[in-house]
Amino acid sequence: MEKMPKWADVVLIPLISLILAALLSALVILGIGEDPVAAVKLMVDGALGSTYGWGYTLYYATNFMFTGLAVAVAAHAGLFNIGGEGQAMLGGLGVAVICLFIPWPHWSLALIFAALGAGLFGAAWAAIPAYLQAKRGSHIVITTIMFNFIAAAVLNYVLVNLLRPEGSMDPATARFPETVHLPSLHELLAPVGIAFSKSAPANVSLLVAIGACLFVWLLIWRTPLGYEIRSLGKSEPAARYAGISSVRTIMIAMLISGALAGMMAVNNVMGEAERLVLNATEGAGFIGIAVALMGRNHPFGVFLAAILFGFLYQGGAELALWTSIPRELIVVIQALVILFTGALDNMVRMPLERVFLAMRKGQN
Amino acid sequence: MDFLTIIQLLDSTVRLATPLLLACLAGLFSERAGIFDIGLEGKMLMAAFFSAAVAAVTGNVWLGLLAGIGSSLLLAGLHGVASITFRGNQLISGVAINFLAAGMTVLIAQDWFQQGGRTPSLIGGGRFTPFDLPFAESLSGVPGLGPVYAELLSGHSILVYIAFLAVPATWWVLFRTRFGLRLRAVGENPAAVDTAGVSVVGLRYAAVLICGLLCGIAGAYLATALQAGFVKDMTAGRGFIALAALIFAKWRPWHAMGACLLFGLLQAVALRFQNIELGGITIPVQAMDALPYVLTVVILAGFVGKAIPPRAGGEPYVKER
Repeated sequence: MEKMPKWADVVLIPLISLILAALLSALVILGIGEDPVAAVKLMVDGALGSTYGWGYTLYYATNFMFTGLAVAVAAHAGLFNIGGEGQAMLGGLGVAVICLFIPWPHWSLALIFAALGAGLFGAAWAAIPAYLQAKRGSHIVITTIMFNFIAAAVLNYVLVNLLRPEGSMDPATARFPETVHLPSLHELLAPVGIAFSKSAPANVSLLVAIGACLFVWLLIWRTPLGYEIRSLGKSEPAARYAGISSVRTIMIAMLISGALAGMMAVNNVMGEAERLVLNATEGAGFIGIAVALMGRNHPFGVFLAAILFGFLYQGGAELALWTSIPRELIVVIQALVILFTGALDNMVRMPLERVFLAMRKGQN
Repeated sequence: MDFLTIIQLLDSTVRLATPLLLACLAGLFSERAGIFDIGLEGKMLMAAFFSAAVAAVTGNVWLGLLAGIGSSLLLAGLHGVASITFRGNQLISGVAINFLAAGMTVLIAQDWFQQGGRTPSLIGGGRFTPFDLPFAESLSGVPGLGPVYAELLSGHSILVYIAFLAVPATWWVLFRTRFGLRLRAVGENPAAVDTAGVSVVGLRYAAVLICGLLCGIAGAYLATALQAGFVKDMTAGRGFIALAALIFAKWRPWHAMGACLLFGLLQAVALRFQNIELGGITIPVQAMDALPYVLTVVILAGFVGKAIPPRAGGEPYVKER
């Protein structure tokens, strides 16, 4: 018998965790002498009050959908992929190579191949930790952390020594050609008669991210492979007994996870910066952890949590602009969300289970 | 490369290895007791800020050190509550602690000092000053060993000596005391320790708090001895290099010192020379940056001796199943 109804597990616990994180964040804002109510109002106005704000919110959310899905797919296989940051960095390299060295006739074609390239590079970066976990039993958390740092060094080397245009001091690639410019939401929505802000960076990759959410849902719950991934994540001995190869499943799950993290580059490198810069990922790979925890590793949950974090990011930028609250407030909120929905999950769950058990006893 | 350059390089190796060593020993205590800790970075960062902030305000570096240790212990306690009491995921808790420290330090620094997330530069009594070993001055004239003693061994901050003395102390505590035996046992087989009537929870909390203490000293060293004040994200991945060193050393104290000195040397070389020419091949500085991580992956892969972590590491202990 389940201790709690399913809705409590899926909706109530994340909601309570979120409220706890929000309350503590409010205390932090109070502690540095600012008004939390005014801060929330400013964040809502700045992130959701205009199509400009929405444009930024959705741009950030697109990044977080990819990295959140990456963490979620690995989590279903019982693996903690903390290397989304490095995989997204390498994905950026894939996008840059594809956009700079191949003359594309149209952005749509470039988008398909850039996404493939980004996915390929991201998956390749996840492949070694995955192989070491599957074959040699090296802890994937440690290897993916190490690979984040190695990725930063690789990217630094490639940008400074190989891809930097001559005469430029900036460690970044040249601008991508005009033909691979991805249409922004403004350009997409204008023909339909919806006026969307011109200067916001949200672009067609949002649709790719939503497509990725659908793909992950189909993969995990509607394919034999998804069944194998989930079995492995629930119990490795049981999966092995059922004839599922753990090496093969770990490899495939991590390759898909790495590819998803890498594909984030389509949004931030190709869609926004239109060149590859040193710190292109801006920690989005790590936010994927918070997003996946918050979204309970379900693609729809990840979608909602990504929008929530997109709102926090854009709102936090507005706060930093108009008040003396630094942008790092978002990092604190992110930490609290990870803490309550992840590490302190039992703190919320145990008392709630007791309440539900007591209620059931009362009915009988 | 002449003799003096080598001495200077090794001198800077010792300085750079010190925070790594303290954090590495911190992780050693925690992981030997079965609590994974990827939050070393966060605890160091928090301690770096509070030590610099209190030292800047009071002008007393010892009060700064205490404040740094206190803040690090607070985060260690949080890690303990999450991973021991509430049996949460230790890795996720570590990630949360890293972000919490990264955000809170800047937030509080901005609120207290309004200098864009840094503390004022520490002057006078706000910093740990070089500590001269006896006769360093008079022996420096002796050829050969004189400069080694005066330049390399003498003239570091007191925390450097504490860090290197902590290595035999850690070895002694872990391998020569009853507490150490129990601590190692709780990381291998907590049920056996429990059956023997020893508190698993108590031992694990003790290990986590020792970890917090050492991380606190490491952070204070960064902000008040190695540098003069706190700047945003000043740990710069040192917590993870310490973690790498811990695996490289296969969770043993003396080997941890070796690994930290090696990684410190890599940092010192990368700081001093940009690109290194070796027999016609140029080694880029990025390769030096990446080397500790690459070495760790190679060790983890088990191609050069296998690194086997404590058996119960990462698993919360449930008394009855």
